[in-house]
Amino acid sequence: MAYNSIVCIKQVPDTAKITADAMTAEGTVNRAALPAIFNPEDLYALEAALGVKERFGGTVTVLSMGPPKAASILRDSLYRGADRAILITDRRAAGSDTLATGYILAKAIETIGSYDMIFCGRQAIDGDTAQVGPQCAEKLGIPQVTYLEEFLNGEADRVRLRRNHGNGWEVVESTLPVLITVVSTPDAVRPWAARRVMKYKKARIPAEVISPEELESLKAKGLLLEQWTMEDIHADFDRCGLAGSPTKVYRIQSVVLTKEGFSKVEPTEDGINGMIHELITDRTLG
Amino acid sequence: MGNFFLDNEDIQFQLGNLDLLKIAKQQEDRSRNGNADYVPDSPADAVDNYYKVLEIVGDIAANTLEPNAEAVDAEGHTLNDDGTVTLHPLVEENLKRCRQANLMGFTLPREFGGLNNPTTIYSVANELISRGDCSFMNIFGLQGNAETINAFASEEIRQKYVCDFAIGGATGAMALTEPDAGSDLQAVRLRAWQDENGQWYLNGVKRFITNGCGEILVTLARSEPDVADGRGLSVFVSRRCEQIRVRHLEEKLGIHGSPTCELVFNDAPAELIGERQRGLITYVMALMNGARLGIASQSVGVAEAAYRLARTYAASRCQFGVAIEQMPAVAEMVVDMQIAVESARALMYQTAFICDQENNNLRILEGGQCVDKAEEKERKSTARALKRVAGMLTPMGKYFCSEMANRVTYDCIQVLGGSGFIKDYPAERYYRDARITTIYEGTSQLQVLAAIRSVSSGIFASYVEQYESKTFDAALLDDLKTKLIGLREKTVEAATFAKSQASGYLDLSGRRIVDAAIHVIIGHYLLEQGAVNERKKRVARRFIEKGLPTALAGLEIVLSADASAIQEYELLAGPVPTVE
Repeated sequence: MAYNSIVCIKQVPDTAKITADAMTAEGTVNRAALPAIFNPEDLYALEAALGVKERFGGTVTVLSMGPPKAASILRDSLYRGADRAILITDRRAAGSDTLATGYILAKAIETIGSYDMIFCGRQAIDGDTAQVGPQCAEKLGIPQVTYLEEFLNGEADRVRLRRNHGNGWEVVESTLPVLITVVSTPDAVRPWAARRVMKYKKARIPAEVISPEELESLKAKGLLLEQWTMEDIHADFDRCGLAGSPTKVYRIQSVVLTKEGFSKVEPTEDGINGMIHELITDRTLG
Repeated sequence: MGNFFLDNEDIQFQLGNLDLLKIAKQQEDRSRNGNADYVPDSPADAVDNYYKVLEIVGDIAANTLEPNAEAVDAEGHTLNDDGTVTLHPLVEENLKRCRQANLMGFTLPREFGGLNNPTTIYSVANELISRGDCSFMNIFGLQGNAETINAFASEEIRQKYVCDFAIGGATGAMALTEPDAGSDLQAVRLRAWQDENGQWYLNGVKRFITNGCGEILVTLARSEPDVADGRGLSVFVSRRCEQIRVRHLEEKLGIHGSPTCELVFNDAPAELIGERQRGLITYVMALMNGARLGIASQSVGVAEAAYRLARTYAASRCQFGVAIEQMPAVAEMVVDMQIAVESARALMYQTAFICDQENNNLRILEGGQCVDKAEEKERKSTARALKRVAGMLTPMGKYFCSEMANRVTYDCIQVLGGSGFIKDYPAERYYRDARITTIYEGTSQLQVLAAIRSVSSGIFASYVEQYESKTFDAALLDDLKTKLIGLREKTVEAATFAKSQASGYLDLSGRRIVDAAIHVIIGHYLLEQGAVNERKKRVARRFIEKGLPTALAGLEIVLSADASAIQEYELLAGPVPTVE
């Protein structure tokens, strides 16, 4: 039994390399100041889907929403083993909050049509909301399993999954289709496969192509990646972008954590007792 | 996420300075691509692929091999009762990553699923792998076996085995050494016999076989029992089977991640590669050249790891209120480590560059792919010239790089002091791992023997001529070049003198003469690098001027005609110790 999977991926600013220029004065992320990377948990989602394909057969389609330069994570996915890659790129989607993004992705998934599983990273490192996957499942009206750490087994109509909820794990079963958000995989994310890199490094979305000749040539070689607009997914414009986003950023504060003095604990029984008492009092312990 | 390719400025610099387009053109010329869909559009596209592949290797080396190395070294592999070997699970993981990344057919034609990378790029890859885990290079770096099958076996055998490496990710071993045939492979006794249907079988014992537990074995065996020397030997390929058992896994000083096997062949079915009797003299010699270059890369990789550890430690360890790198003696050790690695890398890359030209020329020549007689004639003459240079640079590279790795890993422990001697740091592992590099694939002494002939026959002098005629904009470089010319003259003089002496004196003097010759050659490489890079000017100066007096002193000893080590051996070495 083979499964067709869709993996929702996002290109994010590398927040590990954050500097003072990370935010704009308007309180949005200054994307120019940070390198753009494949959202780390989305890589786990891709690895989980590729693992399922390897074990049971089927296909893996990656789906992303973002500006044209997000095509680079589409290529990255192809290097690792994805079969098909789609980028939803449309100015009318700009400024979407999680509600609008969930809606747009759900519409795109409906457009793709047939699927057994949708894998998403638990959350993206830029917003850290962990809302898009679950919202997408709700809009599609399918079950969702969050915090996947291992795909255990699959049958014709159901899958068995292990989810990690922080303090432990539980094994759950779900009917298909199902949306799964992923926190880790038992195996590390696979590296790029050299043969695929040599082939797909030339793959482009139409927005990256300059001439009609190049477009035709890419198409003939099967290297033209799919680029979708709001029309392609039959989205209701009122539910996309800023118009469809009830979330409004009220204020952004730059919080700098500073240390306020220090206290010295003598290495004696009394000293240690005093420290433990203090930690209990301020609820660091207990 | 570290990356051992992207984080290494010197590799980027030296690779960028090579004419990779030239290599790519030759590598892609009449290459066997089958129906592969990842063929580059142009040589420039191929070069871009080289960089991309090395980025993948750098990723795996930094994020998989290096973190796994300590546990692999501590725990090793397991020999099972049935004569099979279970690799350490982390070595299996390393292999899995390499397979996922399609790296197991690194240099093989695309027709078989390979990447068609030139030797130069393979050398860089081996270096990166070795920096991550020196011992894993022995498994990854054994792809030369597949090359041997690809280069010399019949089309039928090629189709049968080569895909297994590139697509199936099989590992291999070259089974040459026997208990009584180490450096002297002409003494190989493992017997190959043929039944009435023409099927070959192998019988006998092989010892010290790196990755002898691999899936595909290339074995040197005596197919002509009546011919006692190397001309009685042929090369065979076989798959792992019940008739090939691992009898013993060696306990070694270093490279614990590399399983060193004693193999017993009990009428193991095998297939002949190429022609009978050409086993040692043609095929193994070709295999060994590639393997020697591989050890040079391995040496540079482990030395790079040691240098980085020492540099970091010297900057962070404080004694007497200062970082220890501020102490002159430590500073000099660190500087010399870095220059040693860079200079060895220069020799290794140039050697690989020449080997690539030689390999590609031979591929077209011997594959019968020449378009006409004129091309064939030209290629034959090119082949002769390249063979001479590669025949000099390959043993020099193996010798210099492996000796360098031993010095650098030794000094790494010295910089770390007590911390280097204990197992909390990888310094001691680097040192143990590096030790084998001057021994296997031909000892340093044998490399010197191979190289000294090139110096005494004039190949060396004519090779450096092209460099001596160059002029530089910077006075410093011209001045250094003059010094190298002086050293070359003295080297040739010493070699001529040694050759004129009694038998054995040239071999006795070999090391000193070859050391001086290598100093001249690398000196010229560094001058070229100095012409385009300010820091490299200083590197060239330090390398050339610091090594010059030592090289000259060695040549003085040669010219002194002191042969006491052989003439008065019994007296000076003392009697063989007897056990009471």
